[in-house]
Amino acid sequence: MLTRAPHRVVAAEPVGPYTLLRLERGGADPGIPGQFFMLEAPGRLLPRPMSLCLAPPGELAFLIDPIGPGTRALCALEPGAGIGVLGPLGNGYDLSVSRPFLVGGGIGIAPLPYLSERLGQPRALLGFRTEWHAEAAALVPNAEVCIEPTLVTELLPDDPGDVLACGPEPMLEALRALVPGAQLAWEARMACGYGACYGCVVEVAGHYERLCLSGPVLRDVS
Amino acid sequence: MSRGIPGGALLLNASGCLDALAAPEVARSLDAFVTKTITPEPREGNPPPRIAEVEGGMLNSIGLQGPGIDRFLVETLPRLRELGMPIWVSVGGFSAREYAETCARLDGDAVAAIELNLSCPNVEEAPETAAEIVAACRERTGRPLFAKLSPATWDIGGTARAVESAGADGLSLVNTLRGLALDERTLRPRLGAGAGGYSGPPLKPVALACVHACAQAATLPIVAMGGVMTGRDALDLIAAGASAVALGTVLFPDPGAPARIRAELEAGAAAFGFAEPFHARGVASNPLPREAVPDLATAKDLQMRKIDLA
Repeated sequence: MLTRAPHRVVAAEPVGPYTLLRLERGGADPGIPGQFFMLEAPGRLLPRPMSLCLAPPGELAFLIDPIGPGTRALCALEPGAGIGVLGPLGNGYDLSVSRPFLVGGGIGIAPLPYLSERLGQPRALLGFRTEWHAEAAALVPNAEVCIEPTLVTELLPDDPGDVLACGPEPMLEALRALVPGAQLAWEARMACGYGACYGCVVEVAGHYERLCLSGPVLRDVS
Repeated sequence: MSRGIPGGALLLNASGCLDALAAPEVARSLDAFVTKTITPEPREGNPPPRIAEVEGGMLNSIGLQGPGIDRFLVETLPRLRELGMPIWVSVGGFSAREYAETCARLDGDAVAAIELNLSCPNVEEAPETAAEIVAACRERTGRPLFAKLSPATWDIGGTARAVESAGADGLSLVNTLRGLALDERTLRPRLGAGAGGYSGPPLKPVALACVHACAQAATLPIVAMGGVMTGRDALDLIAAGASAVALGTVLFPDPGAPARIRAELEAGAAAFGFAEPFHARGVASNPLPREAVPDLATAKDLQMRKIDLA
């Protein structure tokens, strides 16, 4: 059922330049890692799509990069404030993999902590712009970290196993070329998150598809 | 056809703001579902980014992405009919002939009404006038024809009169206004297509003025839309002359908006002493008796409520 429900803020904690926004879970289903929620951004018309970062008991936690007015408003939320939350939405990662290997870049590591927990803390490779950004790596167990100019694709093992990744588009494009069959979580601007607006399209097999319905996790289709 | 609106619908969605197959429960909370605009040929739509939040509202440049009329008739319409609710089909084209041929193919009981999208800000327009397109479609279909007009004109009342003379059965007012937003870092357009359609709360006074002008200029029933976020917004549009109200941008943040707005609209109409919302139609031009004006506390209660965590 598509119902936006109110959730109270437990805390908004800094993690390097990012903020971990912790909400009371209430009756919400945390969903499958890689799925996302639309979070009401105070003072803004449109909610912001965020993949679930952590699902501690009684909570839903989101890792947010304050890059615009909506994400800044979310990061500035005070404990006790309430926001509307819609989700979980979209398709998450397929967890039936035998040799999981997580790859993340920048704020794209957001869904990996929950994914790591659900997969039994497999190996992970994370790339960041600076040491400060890399403080977020503490959220992902068993992670090897690289800082620019070193890229995750340079450190990828010859046989990485079943790659599950999320990160900036150039990283995902590079992984798509290097690791056929990798599960890649993409990002797009969304107004609704449930297929209504047609705003979040990405090109899949030569056609525009709505990422909120077809993704955000897509398997390499090349 | 009470009030001139097919099926007596009071709340609809604005075309392109809801996919009834992806969110059937949201569609069913409306009185009729209006499809995304169908064009003669399949269209991929405009390149992303297609969405930008701007001051007070949002821009979109979807560009009429759709399957084309052939696949719509075979794949989409039969599934929409299974919803068991009135289906309005929005029709687009790039010439009067294209509009008319698409309307001819929709001329059956499966379709409650046809809305002619004469005003998409994101694609090239047909060379003919709105009235010429309506006249061409009128010859090819007996279904109720609603002409969706652009607010970007000085004399929308004149257009309303012209499409009425051409055989339209109603008006849909209004489409989005063309707008542009620039990236704060690059000063380049934020949308892949450049400009887009501006929607959201700032469109409401524009829609009110258009509805008011068309209600004076023509006798056609009006489905009003533009910046409706609350039941009070819907009541205002009815007071300006609308017979039904369509929800657009509000559906994006809140798929529960139809039920909320319906309840607010009914409460708002009742507070003014109207037995049903439609009875408020046109009162903007016919002032209420003083005793019917509710006190300020009541009016405040009717404003959009924030999410109540209590």
